Amino acid sequence: MNEKLKLVLEDGTEYVGYSFGFFARTEGEIVFNTGMIGYPETLTDPSYFGQILVETYPLIGNYGVPNKSEKDGILQFFESDKIQIRALIVNDYSFEFSHWSAEKSLSDWLIEEKIPAIYGIDTRALTRKLRDKGTMLAKIVLENEKADFSNIIDPNKQNLVEQVSISSEIEYAKGKSRIILVDHGVKFNILREFLNRDISILRVPYNFDFNSIKADGIVISSGPGDPMQCKETIEHTKKAILENKPILGICLGHQILGLAAGCDTYKLKYGHRSHNQPVNEMGTKRTLITTQNHGFAIKRETLSEDWREWFTNDNDSTNEGIVHISKPFFGTQFHPEANPGPDDTSYIFDMFIRTLK
Amino acid sequence: MIRKDKYNKILILGSGALQIGQAGEFDYSGSQAIKALKEDGIKTILINPNIATIQTSEQLADEVYFLPLSINYVEKVIEKEKPDGILLGFGGQTALNVGVELYNSGILQKHNIKVLGTSVETIQNTEDRKLFAEKVTEVGLQMAQSFSVHSVDEAVQAAEKIGFPIMLRIAYALGGLGSGIVENKQDLIEKANRAFSFTNQILIEESLFGWKEVEYEIVRDKFDNAIAVCSMENFDPMGIHTGDSIVISPVQTLSATENFKLRSIGIKLIRHLGIIGECNIQYALSPNSEDYRIIEVNARLSRSSALASKATGYPLAFVATKLSIGYALNEIENSVTKQTSAAFEPALDYVVLKFPRWDLQKFNQVSTTLGSEMKSVGEVMAIGRSFEEVLQKAIRMLDIGKNGFVCNNSENTEDIRNQIKVANPNRIFQIATALEQNLSIDEINKLTKIDKWFLYKLKRIVDLKKKFQSSKLEEIDFDNFYHLKKAGFSDKQIGLLSNSDEFSVRARRKSLGICPVVKQIDTLAAEYPAKTNYLYLTYHGTENDINFGDKNQIIVLGSGAYRIGSSVEFDWCCVNAAQTLDKHNYKSVMINYNPETVSTDHDTFHKLYFDELSLERILDIYEKENPIGVIVSVGGQIPNNLAIKLSKNGVKILGTSPEQIDNAESRDKFSEILDNLEIDQPQWEELTDYESARIFCKNVGFPVLIRPSYVLSGAAMSVILSESELNIYLKNASEISKEHPVVISKFITDAREIEVDAVAQDGEVVVYAISEHVENAGVHSGDATIVFPPQRTYLETMRKVKLITKKIANKLQISGPFNMQFLAKDNEVKVIECNLRASRSFPFISKVLKLNFIEIATRMILGEKKPAFHHNSFDLDYVGVKAPQFSFTRLKGSDPILGVEMASTGEVACIGDDFNEAFLKSMLAVGYKIPQKAIFLSTGRTEEKAQIIEELRKIQKNGIKLFGTEATALFYQRNGIDVEILYRPFDKKSPNVMDYLEEKIFDLVINIPKNTDEDELDSDYLIRRKTVDFNIPLITNIQIARRFFKAILSDKGTENQIRSWNEY
Repeated sequence: MNEKLKLVLEDGTEYVGYSFGFFARTEGEIVFNTGMIGYPETLTDPSYFGQILVETYPLIGNYGVPNKSEKDGILQFFESDKIQIRALIVNDYSFEFSHWSAEKSLSDWLIEEKIPAIYGIDTRALTRKLRDKGTMLAKIVLENEKADFSNIIDPNKQNLVEQVSISSEIEYAKGKSRIILVDHGVKFNILREFLNRDISILRVPYNFDFNSIKADGIVISSGPGDPMQCKETIEHTKKAILENKPILGICLGHQILGLAAGCDTYKLKYGHRSHNQPVNEMGTKRTLITTQNHGFAIKRETLSEDWREWFTNDNDSTNEGIVHISKPFFGTQFHPEANPGPDDTSYIFDMFIRTLK
Repeated sequence: MIRKDKYNKILILGSGALQIGQAGEFDYSGSQAIKALKEDGIKTILINPNIATIQTSEQLADEVYFLPLSINYVEKVIEKEKPDGILLGFGGQTALNVGVELYNSGILQKHNIKVLGTSVETIQNTEDRKLFAEKVTEVGLQMAQSFSVHSVDEAVQAAEKIGFPIMLRIAYALGGLGSGIVENKQDLIEKANRAFSFTNQILIEESLFGWKEVEYEIVRDKFDNAIAVCSMENFDPMGIHTGDSIVISPVQTLSATENFKLRSIGIKLIRHLGIIGECNIQYALSPNSEDYRIIEVNARLSRSSALASKATGYPLAFVATKLSIGYALNEIENSVTKQTSAAFEPALDYVVLKFPRWDLQKFNQVSTTLGSEMKSVGEVMAIGRSFEEVLQKAIRMLDIGKNGFVCNNSENTEDIRNQIKVANPNRIFQIATALEQNLSIDEINKLTKIDKWFLYKLKRIVDLKKKFQSSKLEEIDFDNFYHLKKAGFSDKQIGLLSNSDEFSVRARRKSLGICPVVKQIDTLAAEYPAKTNYLYLTYHGTENDINFGDKNQIIVLGSGAYRIGSSVEFDWCCVNAAQTLDKHNYKSVMINYNPETVSTDHDTFHKLYFDELSLERILDIYEKENPIGVIVSVGGQIPNNLAIKLSKNGVKILGTSPEQIDNAESRDKFSEILDNLEIDQPQWEELTDYESARIFCKNVGFPVLIRPSYVLSGAAMSVILSESELNIYLKNASEISKEHPVVISKFITDAREIEVDAVAQDGEVVVYAISEHVENAGVHSGDATIVFPPQRTYLETMRKVKLITKKIANKLQISGPFNMQFLAKDNEVKVIECNLRASRSFPFISKVLKLNFIEIATRMILGEKKPAFHHNSFDLDYVGVKAPQFSFTRLKGSDPILGVEMASTGEVACIGDDFNEAFLKSMLAVGYKIPQKAIFLSTGRTEEKAQIIEELRKIQKNGIKLFGTEATALFYQRNGIDVEILYRPFDKKSPNVMDYLEEKIFDLVINIPKNTDEDELDSDYLIRRKTVDFNIPLITNIQIARRFFKAILSDKGTENQIRSWNEY
């Protein structure tokens, strides 16, 4: 049995388990994800930046960690170049793995990237607590240590996007049409969705003024944290709206689009992080199963009259998408690129591409 | 509720008797369907001859017909009831086949009945291999390539097109040659040559040997919304029927890309096929890439869908019903959260593992190799939070004497590599042995093709066992103890490791503060609060999800896995007992783990613990819940056997006291009680050496019935006719010693068997029902055809039976249900046994008498004042006949005869105005057909032959041709009946009976085994086996033969006697 580590929540609750990652202290906002599969993708999703992730599915590590092969200049099996979470909390870690694509164990990967991880924790009890009390800050300390919360930094008060975005533009040449992708911590699968459809991409940093560049459309990517922190992109997006360029906002990008369109956003109690969120396409009987990962949402009451609510969540009725009544502006709170998750909504990329000039 | 499409009355087809491949899961799905329709105010009509089901209970369907599921009967019901819709997807393959037939013959169209949900056209597209392959390729998806070829050249061409290795398939296993993998051209030429000497067609298919087998349950509404509710992965690789595979949910060894790819493919295909409602799709997935093949789609509720419902908490059958009457997925409430809709895919925060139960040891000569044909008779499902935990739980749940994956009695440890190479019911334990012998994971993987991930997990269990073997209990510290419990080790297993007993381990464990916690199944991994009562226990947790100690709780112990001897009838008893509790303001708490039941449907009870029925686990639950007490008398033998142990550990047993249960169970004590009461019993003795056994037999005279306590080979309980047989039996088939005594009792020939089902309170009989067997004594009561009320038993006998029943009830101070079996001959009555619990026939007599014995028993257990019942079976104007269903066809090689060991897998019961009508209907309901062409006879001893002379004479006059073995034919010829001689298999002369069987000349075979010389036995076996292999009705009991002929001869068209249960 491995060495012990202790997880301490802001409210003082403690859980002791065994370390299976990098043996170190850490801190962050603690959130849970109910997806049953896809830890290599989830751990590298930049939207989790700054967060301690609890996997509610109890058996983690079964199929190891895939190799770092690339296609079109991006990693094939991951959603960014590194693990984005601060720490990982699971019930039962699978020390041995088995899969044709696996290159190493999850434990080795975590240690390599210096990410602490704990197994042997009642993740259901922990999830119930987070559900009832809402998302909290948490620390990982040694078994016999006290956790001091007086100096903890709330990641939501930081500009997280700055830390996960790129520093200079990257060009992905593929087809004649080209989009600008504003990177707030983009998942690689958003890139793949366009590249697989033969669309070229100019991936730009979050604060890049994309209005100066010629492109057929603008995609505002997903990413971590509070959308209100993304002041520069909101301003840039406001300008783009005036220019009638096709815009697609995904997750954080959707919230930024909403803010640019004059909406308000708010923090959800514990957010949506799973692969099974049912959303309803408004005015239809269509239900789609989506992958989600967000802690903030658009206040639907603040939508101006030119905008319509496009999707809503079937479980809690929160906003899941907005669309402009006459212009090619779309925003989805869920991740149409999925990965991990069902591809029910990948048609949104086709829709968007049809509007590209 | 919103009324959707306008239906007033809907007909539901059930699945009939339980058989291999089609068990109680359809009782669950059918019951859900009825509930879903009733909620919408739609009238429901149910046809199902399986009287022991919940779906045929009075409070469910508006009208129930206990009739055969064949189109002539169904059409008559349609004419009478005039339904406007029909559900075909809730009664397994039986209902589906009848539905397709009804459609093809134009009956549905003629009566203007709409098939709800998936259309018949779509069903046919999924059932027909060729049409299905077309549909799959139309949307660009992959299936295994398959070519049907008629010559060796064609075979080679096909194989080269696919590429070696290929799978060679032959329809029937001929001359020892079965289907199998062929590695190269030369091998193929050789095998194909041999095959073509027997048959003119073989199949050359792409080999998927060693691929993973994965399944998804997919639901689609008429607005084209589709979701994948559950994913399942087979522990065993491709090639073993999923019903015979260990299955785990959700998938474990797939990456997210693979998983969601298969999900998308499934939804794409299901949309293309146009399924509305629920279906199951099976894939083969390459272990080396993302390559896949679609195996099949089942466009109906299935065993897998029942498992998926229980695994996820998502009520597939209920939702499928709503979808079939026009609902959209998001218009249906999630019954678990009550906050969300049915339009979601469950997220599990636990794993479940299904383990099949086989009872192959009950059958002589049966092949134990597992392959593409299902052989298991039941299954268990374990819920936990690690693989090790669920595997060990599941193995214990099987109730086959195993303590878990490890710590079992030593198996055959020789030549372990060859043992594990071939899939068989014991393979999991053979793998344990292989791991103990330090075979590498790579080697085991190579031999079994089981994914290494599973094997690594198994190795962890073995390693733990090795680590703690012969450690001292007090030396196992908190962390290690906890670790063992998390890996699914029971207190008993830890006891075996540390050389201490279960109770010391329990005490030590509790002193360390290690206790399991109770978790809820809520479909959304705790994302939304759920008030669900669907619970399991795990050691992977520190917090209970629920608060304990509700007032007025009573625990009902369930019946475990379906097996030969215990099936849906005990489920009926458990559910009825629990419902009675709730009706009388108690709160029912059910413990059971069989996913194919209604008793594991969480919305039936106040609380459902889906967990082990073991002493350890029941005590865990009892200590947490602190209920009023536990009912052990409605779940069959498992709870009955636990009564004493539970009571000794401070559990309050409700009903008859555990000491009295022991008095009835213990052969010695019960015998003494009978002697004291001056009640007759067949002479018996427990013997420990051959000589005393021989002397006993000599004194009482042969035949005798012999029951060994330790069995060496196939034979278990057996009737012994002579001293030489006794010699062979005790020397070869079983053991006789001080450690392994045998019980020998006098076997009374030509006696009749009588049963009493009754309820008593404080020793006084409250209600009772006497029924009689059609067969003479010697056929296990579970295989017997039972008549209620009795039609041929003397009043004198009945009076004696009643008096004895009363005496025994009084002596044992019975409070609750009980069952007694008697032998009757010439008005002499002897007691065979007494069970202080509900029996297999409780639902039958309750429904025929229209007096729910379980409800009464439960009320008596609760102490309600003894009421007066005026139901008397003499007042019944009708007769009920219960008939057994056998699954011999599925059990390749097994000898389809009846004996003192039970062999049937299910039963039906029909009601008629007289015996003949009821008997004929139930015979037809278990698959017999009224012969139209020819009958083959081989009718045993002369006395037996003589019993059907009159009937055969009349049958022949009806234009049916008779054939027989030489002796049989000559006998009847002497009696003026024209019977043509056919040679026996070994005679190698024609006309030979084997050829006639293959050509399907006969529509009935009567073969009465004689039990004498070996040659004849073997010859008889071959005839019987061929008969069931070719699906020809077979009768092996002369009383049944005679009654069947009589019933046919008096038949004036039973399908015109269409009356619902209410109308009797």
